[in-house]
Formats: sequence, structure tokens, C-alpha cells
Amino acid sequence: MTDQSYNFAYLDEQTKRMIRRAILKGLAIPGYQVPFASREMPMPYGWGTGGVQVSAATLMPDDTFKVIDQGADDTTNAVSIRKFFEKTAGVATTEETEKATVIQTRHRIPETPLHEDQVLVYQVPIPEPLRFLEPRETETRKMHSLEEYGLMHVKLYEDISQHGAIATSYAYPVKVEGRYVMDPSPIPKFDNPKMADCPAIQLFGAGREQRIYALPPYSRVVSLDFEDHPFDPSKADHPCDLCGAEDSYLDEVITDDAGGRMFVCSDTDYCRARREAGHVGAQAPAMKEGAGA
Amino acid sequence: MYVAVKGGERAIDNAHAWLAEERRGDTSVAELSTSQIREQLALAVNRVMAEGSLYDPDLAALAIKQARGDLIEAIFLIRAYRTTLPRLGASEPVETAKMACDRRISATFKDAPGGQVLGPTFDYTHRLLDFKLAAEGETPQAPEAEPAGGPTPHITGFLNREGVIQSEPEGDEIPPDLTREPMELPANRSLRLQSLSRGDEGFILSMAYSTQRGYARNHAFVGELRIGAVAVEMEVPELGFAIEIGEITLTECETVNQFTGSKTEPAQFTRGYGLVFGQTERKAISMALVDRALRWKELGEEDQGAPAQDEEFVLMHADNIQATGFLEHIKLPHYVDFQSELELVRKLRREAQATSMPEAAE
Repeated sequence: MTDQSYNFAYLDEQTKRMIRRAILKGLAIPGYQVPFASREMPMPYGWGTGGVQVSAATLMPDDTFKVIDQGADDTTNAVSIRKFFEKTAGVATTEETEKATVIQTRHRIPETPLHEDQVLVYQVPIPEPLRFLEPRETETRKMHSLEEYGLMHVKLYEDISQHGAIATSYAYPVKVEGRYVMDPSPIPKFDNPKMADCPAIQLFGAGREQRIYALPPYSRVVSLDFEDHPFDPSKADHPCDLCGAEDSYLDEVITDDAGGRMFVCSDTDYCRARREAGHVGAQAPAMKEGAGA
Repeated sequence: MYVAVKGGERAIDNAHAWLAEERRGDTSVAELSTSQIREQLALAVNRVMAEGSLYDPDLAALAIKQARGDLIEAIFLIRAYRTTLPRLGASEPVETAKMACDRRISATFKDAPGGQVLGPTFDYTHRLLDFKLAAEGETPQAPEAEPAGGPTPHITGFLNREGVIQSEPEGDEIPPDLTREPMELPANRSLRLQSLSRGDEGFILSMAYSTQRGYARNHAFVGELRIGAVAVEMEVPELGFAIEIGEITLTECETVNQFTGSKTEPAQFTRGYGLVFGQTERKAISMALVDRALRWKELGEEDQGAPAQDEEFVLMHADNIQATGFLEHIKLPHYVDFQSELELVRKLRREAQATSMPEAAE
């Protein structure tokens, strides 16, 4: 049931129009951070206001919406955002990646490959990949316009000289279409390769920082690295203990106070689908669906 | 045995229900009405209106009640509400020289036309707990006088006539709107003032205090502080002239600052300006000091590298709704990122161990 006291998807049409213009500009200049007049939303800054505004401007009444946080549909903030759009837009929602037309995510890209009829909306806390090297926005914008990315390469090099490896494991910077260095949002670097050549539209919204950026379908997205230290999209060296998947990103779950632990898919929909298809992991028999609710 | 965590939705509903119960507190104690908050916690209401950027005492009182007295949470409720309101137009600039002053003081002149009016101030109270208030007695009526007739001109106007205070450039350009356009740096003064006016009182206070303690020191005199009601006028296109649409209470502070001159400007006094909704004088004075500190560039002063001189630092961190949201978001799950950090630390430790104990690694 739509809450009639608000416009469809909460924002008024003029605001959505302003956001859509920013999205279109972002798609036209892949990886470039477009300033936009971010609105106060009824959830706090830092909790997905950028993603929510982009989703609000993207959703149409016949869309099917999916929200994940940490790869899961049932984490509290994902539930909260899904309920927000159920209430203000009345759109259909799903947990199945395949069936969704708009997917809002925090910190993950679904394991199931996306297709052309989908839009993936990322929640972004700090859109500026150079921010922790240079705190000033006036400086970093200049660096982007001059394509002055030496500082970033020096940082990665220093990592290698100190630790023997690049010590960035999430929010790993990428270069888009050979031009802009872009923050992929705090996804694990395991997810970085999924951004490249992706058939879906990828939109990034940073509400507090008032920036939107975008990747059109099939964009060239390269994780920064060196020839002798190539990018390594690592994950826990383990199959999922519930569904046995070897190719999915895993969460480590502590099961007792004696050092017991297990590894499970972070993408809950992917794991569920695999288990329903008969895949079984090492600790799966004890799994009882819904018993913990 | 591990079972996948489900039930976020039910947990949220239950948390909200418990919150509502805690908000009400002990039901044997009478419930607080929003009109009680509006009338008796007026300074809290004023702060919520100022930092919420919405002048509506009833809504601010409601927000304070809903937020259980957490003013930043109340400000957040007001901001989230105001963003949904349609924008009908812009008012004429308010005429603070015509303010009906409840309070008007100057620290630079012993007396001036319009007089010194203390008004309802804490200033000369002794901060002794008044236990009579705990006993819920009636407050005796304060003595009344006839309102002062005649205008109350701005104090800085007198200095201006002599030419000893810097004059502000005239301009009829439309100021940018912080709530409708993304903040772009460097910001002009009207944008800075908007940001300071809705910025967090504590943050602006500390920034102002730092200038008094020597970080970009610029000794400020309170040339004038005035609190009172001003008329809000708006030009209605159908009429072709401005009509009064209401009245709001404002606090205005103009500081007069020493200035010995620079390469570009002669020795003269300079100004800082604060204007805030409601009776909010701590905020208005703080705002004026920070405004003055941020003007170093146009006055040709030296950049001392002080925080209060740093426009980007001040403006990007003044908004408590942005700050509290981002700060508190670290409560949200981060286990995907933490997992990748965990893997990295394990890997680096393994490698370090292998190099320090090569034979053991065999």
C-alpha cells in the first residue's frame, strides 16, 4: 500500500528530475563524480541516503526492487530500506537477483551475473578515491581534472615495499575507461572484476557528500595494479559450508567460544538458490531454514 | 550449531515498539504535551528550529517530544520533514533594523539610540539550582513597562558614518541556496553564512572559541546583539507588491573586530555577522566570530593555518545531521569489509612469519 501523503518513491518530481540529470551526466562521463543537491532523507546520512535517492529517481511503478546489505537481503538496514520503498513507492520486491530490475546494494555485488535489464545502485560513503591521500575536495577535484593520479600509484607502491602486497582489501580503486580513477564503494576487492564489462547499468550515490557517478553497461573497469604485482581478487580460501560454493565471497561466522567457525556465502540469495538446487556444503545438514527467526 | 540469522524485520518492529514505550516513560507520570515543550523548553525549540532550518515552534516541539529530548535527533526529524515541503517562493530580506527588540545590547557603547535592553537573559543570574522550581509553584508576574518607541538603529551604522568600519559591498545578486544546490568550494560569504546559521551550535561555538584562544585570533567586540520579532514580507506576483506573511523571532549579532590594515585594506574595524532563528544568542555570537575568521582572504590577512580560517574544514564539518549520520553508520554491519581485512592481515602475518623463520616454513 502506498503512503498517499508522499509522492511516488518519496521524492517530489522536481528533485527526481534533478537527480536524473546528475545520473545522465554521470553515465555520459563514466567514473566522474557529478555534484548533486542531495536532500535530507528520513534515514541518516551514512545509512544509504545517496543510494536511496538514486533508487527513488530510478524506480518506476512496474519495477521489482531488491535491497542487500553485506550481500544479504535480511540485514537490518536492507530491511529498513526495502520497507521504505514498499511504503512510499508500492513497488514489488524480491530477494532473487534474477527477478529484480533495480537492486540497491551496500558493500557487495551479487554473485549471480547481472543482465541488461537491471540497474545496480551502490550506496557510497566516501566517493572520492583520493580522499585519504588528500583530504581537500578543492585539491582532489583538481587532481581528477588534470588526471594526476601519481599519488595513488605511490601509495600502492609503498604498500608493496612495506608489506609485500597492496594492503587494500576493500574499496579498491579502479580506473574507468582509461580516464577517471573511481571508488567502487566499500565492496571487497573480490567483487571488483564484476564491475567490468557488466551488462547492467551501475549507479553510485553518495548522499552526504552530494555526489553521483555511474558506469554505463559494458564499461572498461580496471583495478589499479603493477605488472609485477597484478591485482588479486582474493577471498577466504574455503568453500561455503552450507552450499559448497567455491566461487562466492564468504563470511566467517564464529560458532562457539572454542575457536569453532564456519564459512558461509555472503550472498544469501545465491546460497539459498544453490541449496535448493541440491548443493550441499560440509556443515549443511544441521541447517534448518527459518529455525532462527 | 549455526543457523543463518533471519528475522531482521521482526527485530526492527520490536525495537520500535520498545522505543515508543521508553519514550512515554513511567505512565503514572503525566504525559508531556507539545505545547508544554513549546512554552517551557523554548530555547530547545529555538535550537531545533535554527539547526533544522525550519521556523515552526509547534513542529519543533513535536520533534523534541518524539526524539525523547535528543536535540540532534529532533533537528534530524525537522530536516527530513522540511525537505518534502514545496517551495512557494522567497521572502524579501528581513529588516532587522525594524526589529521589535526583546533584548538589545552593545558592548562597544555605554548607551546608544534605542538604549540597552537586557531582556530575558541568564547573564546575571547566579547559577544556583532553584529548588522552588521542583515544588511546582506559580511564577510571579514580571514588572512591565511601555515598549520603547522609535526605531532601534544598528550600532555599526554609527561607526560606518565615520568611516572607521569596513563597509559591505552592495549587491542584488540572488544568494545561492545551500539546500537546493550542492556546496561548491570556494564558497561565497552568503553560502558560508547559510552553512554557519544551520551548523551545529557546539561545533560553531568551539570554532569561535578557538579564535579567541589564539588560533587566528581576531579580537571581537560585540558591537550589537539584538533579539526580537521581525516581519517577513513576500512579494506576491498577483499583487505586484510585498505583503507581510508572518513574524519570526531572530537573534542577530554584529561583531566589531580590530584590524590594523593589510596590503589591500586601510586600518579600520571589520565585521563578523551572525543571524539565527529564535533566541539563540550563543550561536549567533559564535557564528559572527567564525564568519569573521573565514573572511581573512578578502581582507588580505595572513593564512595562519588555523582551523577556523579553513573554509573547507569548517563548512564540511559544521552540519550535525551529516556528522551524526556518518558517525553512527559505523554501527551498521561491516562484516564483508572486515572479512576482507581479516584475510589480508592473516596473509601478511603468514608472509612475515615465513620470511622470519624460513626453515620452519618448509
